[in-house]
Amino acid sequence: MPVNILMPALSPTMTEGTLAKWLMKEGDQVSSGDVIAEIETDKATMEVEAVDEGTLGKIVVAEGSEGVAVNAVIAVLLEEGEDASAIGDAPAAAPAPAAAPPAEPAPAAPVAAPAPAPAPAPEPAAAPAPAAPQAASGGRIFASPLARRMAAQAGLDLAALTGSGPKGRIVKSDIEAAIAGGSGKAAAAPAPAATPSAAPAAAAPAAAGPSAKETADLLGMEYEQEPLSGMRRTIAKRLTESKQTVPHFYLTIDCQVDELLKVRKELNSRSDDYKVSVNDFVIRAAAIALKKVPAANASFDPDGMMYYKHADISVAVATPSGLITPIIKAAEGKGLATISNEMKDLAVRARDGKLKPEEYQGGTFSVSNLGMFGVKEFAAIINPPQGCILAVGAGEQRPVVKDGALAVATVMSCTLSVDHRVVDGAVGAEFLAAFKKLIEDPITMLL
Amino acid sequence: MADTNFDVVVVGGGPAGYVTAIRAAQLKMKVAVVEKQHLGGICLNWGCIPTKALLRSAEIYHYMNHADAFGLSAKGVDFDLQKVVQRSRAVSKQLNGGVGHLLKKNKVPVIDGEAKLNGPGKLKVTKDGKPVAELTAKHIILATGARARSLPGLEPDGKLVWTYMEALVPDIMPKSMLVIGSGAIGIEFASFFKTMGAEVTVVEVMPQILPVEDEEIAAHARKRFEKQGMKIISGAKVTGLKKAANSVTVSVEDSKGKSSEITVDRVISAVGVVGNIEGLGLETTKVKTDRGCIVADAFSRTDEPGIYAIGDVAGPPMLAHKAEHEGVICIEKIAGLPDVHPMDKSKIPGCTYCHPQVASVGMTEKKAKEAGHSVKVGRFPFMGNGKAIALGEPEGLVKTVFDAKTGELLGAHMVGAEVTEMIQGFVVAMGLETTEEDLMHTVFPHPTLSEMMHESVLDAYGRVIHM
Repeated sequence: MPVNILMPALSPTMTEGTLAKWLMKEGDQVSSGDVIAEIETDKATMEVEAVDEGTLGKIVVAEGSEGVAVNAVIAVLLEEGEDASAIGDAPAAAPAPAAAPPAEPAPAAPVAAPAPAPAPAPEPAAAPAPAAPQAASGGRIFASPLARRMAAQAGLDLAALTGSGPKGRIVKSDIEAAIAGGSGKAAAAPAPAATPSAAPAAAAPAAAGPSAKETADLLGMEYEQEPLSGMRRTIAKRLTESKQTVPHFYLTIDCQVDELLKVRKELNSRSDDYKVSVNDFVIRAAAIALKKVPAANASFDPDGMMYYKHADISVAVATPSGLITPIIKAAEGKGLATISNEMKDLAVRARDGKLKPEEYQGGTFSVSNLGMFGVKEFAAIINPPQGCILAVGAGEQRPVVKDGALAVATVMSCTLSVDHRVVDGAVGAEFLAAFKKLIEDPITMLL
Repeated sequence: MADTNFDVVVVGGGPAGYVTAIRAAQLKMKVAVVEKQHLGGICLNWGCIPTKALLRSAEIYHYMNHADAFGLSAKGVDFDLQKVVQRSRAVSKQLNGGVGHLLKKNKVPVIDGEAKLNGPGKLKVTKDGKPVAELTAKHIILATGARARSLPGLEPDGKLVWTYMEALVPDIMPKSMLVIGSGAIGIEFASFFKTMGAEVTVVEVMPQILPVEDEEIAAHARKRFEKQGMKIISGAKVTGLKKAANSVTVSVEDSKGKSSEITVDRVISAVGVVGNIEGLGLETTKVKTDRGCIVADAFSRTDEPGIYAIGDVAGPPMLAHKAEHEGVICIEKIAGLPDVHPMDKSKIPGCTYCHPQVASVGMTEKKAKEAGHSVKVGRFPFMGNGKAIALGEPEGLVKTVFDAKTGELLGAHMVGAEVTEMIQGFVVAMGLETTEEDLMHTVFPHPTLSEMMHESVLDAYGRVIHM
């Protein structure tokens, strides 16, 4: 039997790489330990050593190929006595390096991120992706063999498509429509990350070098290990991807909130129908500021910048199993009472794990507030494909200078994490200025 | 007449009409069929079915004449034409009764007569010119079928110049005959009369016989026919007929403009069919027609709301299986079922029951290339298949056409024994959008002719085993 040589994972987080160079050619004799090729990741170039011996029968992935998925067949090794005609079976089974179709481990119910698919669809607001024909168990996507292959060839993510065939099966015409309409594009980030064999690697993305377990075992440290939940895997994978692939920068601004606290108190004393929190003001102020500075309500997409029509604010909610971000949709058009009541309902259901996918998928901007824990300020990781996340600290009394004299004011520090590919420094600053103005003069956001 | 108001009235009880009526009944609609002559239509009474009965007699006769090859002996082999015809008629009669039974079982009344539209939603039914009923229906489905086309100067007369109607019930066994047209109908009759001993000449206007089939398959079939002694003149047209008392002299002009004359006992005109659109009262509605057929959309809706056209009268391909499927889609759409999809006409198979049989689905190699596909073509000959050799049928070919980039099965084309029963495998494959990979991973039973389908796929990718 010919032996497939697979694209190696050079680190636990690697999902694809560039096949930089072949050091052997078809027909060469290979011994175990021979260096046969060079692989490049975004960080390093490494050598691939042969594990088996034999003749290099066929090079499947040409040198210079980028985006070769981990575990894709890159070459076929023939054992003694075999000739090239024996190759037939091996590579045919896994044709294109980009083919990742069958088992997208679409994360089970609650997910940390707005788009559940490993490769986030760039138009979450525009196209309601949840209609993707997935089994309720979160497993299989129903698509014809031809549709799968065409999607792989076109770099489309099946999870982002809606099927028009029997029972929502994705068929050829759906792929053709997606290609024509430019939707369902897998993000620049690696689409093939989710092949079953790559999944273990994706599961522990934070651990570069020796894993935590290896180290702990080696040093005889005591610990308890808990299996990774689907939500935890997703958090790990997506945030690693974000921090590694999205060029973050950070802007911090101080907002005086004495006026806001006063207005809040007054509002809440007038009715029992709502109880507006500081965070509700933050959500509303962020939404209005995004409306004023629409350039900040954006995503980066390789095919062009995405500017969203609505401010769909993802709000980070801590739950027993991890972080999830339910969305206040079109928050720019919602009053404080509406936002407040919606948020309460979403938060309760988030903690019970009862959110529907459309309630946590597809925000355009995130707010994460750790003020209630007394955190002064922090910098959050961007929630892709969004362009910005606002990290809100505690409102605390601090000395400030007012009219040349020292005074005491309640100050809340907010840090905006920004994807520099889509939002530049000045735009981020402009957004924060608009936000600060609303927070410090809260009457204006009641308009 | 008890009831005159229906949800649906289907005009015509052929394959399109009766199947649609049964489906309507299943969907709890109040439905009736109006039929002027025979339930089962042309297909069952004067087409598909009785010709298969005749061809079966011819096939057995052929085997008897070749008994030696199987180590058998049959002496004094002969046939009685009238008995052959009687058997064919009996088969039609049995199935015609069966359709009546099916409609009855589904409580679909059959109104005997000719229906004519009297404005939208209204039909007048007459029998022999006398009024039978006036019907009203929310939905009227026209399924009136088609009939033989006749060319000027070559009009069938029922005596010397036949259509399929007369050819199905021949009073004599002609010693020689000329068939005009080499489509499915023409070739099947040519094959039947040739096998039964007539001298047969086929004249086809196109350069290729079986013009809709793949070039290579048609060429293979042609070679086989010619080997059997059939004379085929392609790229030629019949320019005139001179009738004598019991023979016809046919003028044939070949592709170079050269004329010749052929004298035969009988002529069969098989130059296509045209829709039955006359006398339907279409002028009382907004229904449009085009080249002898009713214009309808993908769900068989005409330009007049509430009036639909299905089957042959709604246009090509004029095949019973297309008609049935079209009717089911039409009625399911009317019933408002979810997820009703239009028929993909590129995936309708075609079968011709000559000897050798021809069957195909999808694009020919030439069409695929014209459509801009870069193709991979697989071929497997009957000679390489164990079952074919055992059957004594070593001639034939299974050809598959794939898109080189996506592996989509674009078409499958076969010629040889029993291919009409095999094509369905590829039809399912195409319908499910399988690629070569799935077909290669499918297990085909051994020993069967179907193994050639597998081998043909393997051949397209350079992996054929038995060749």
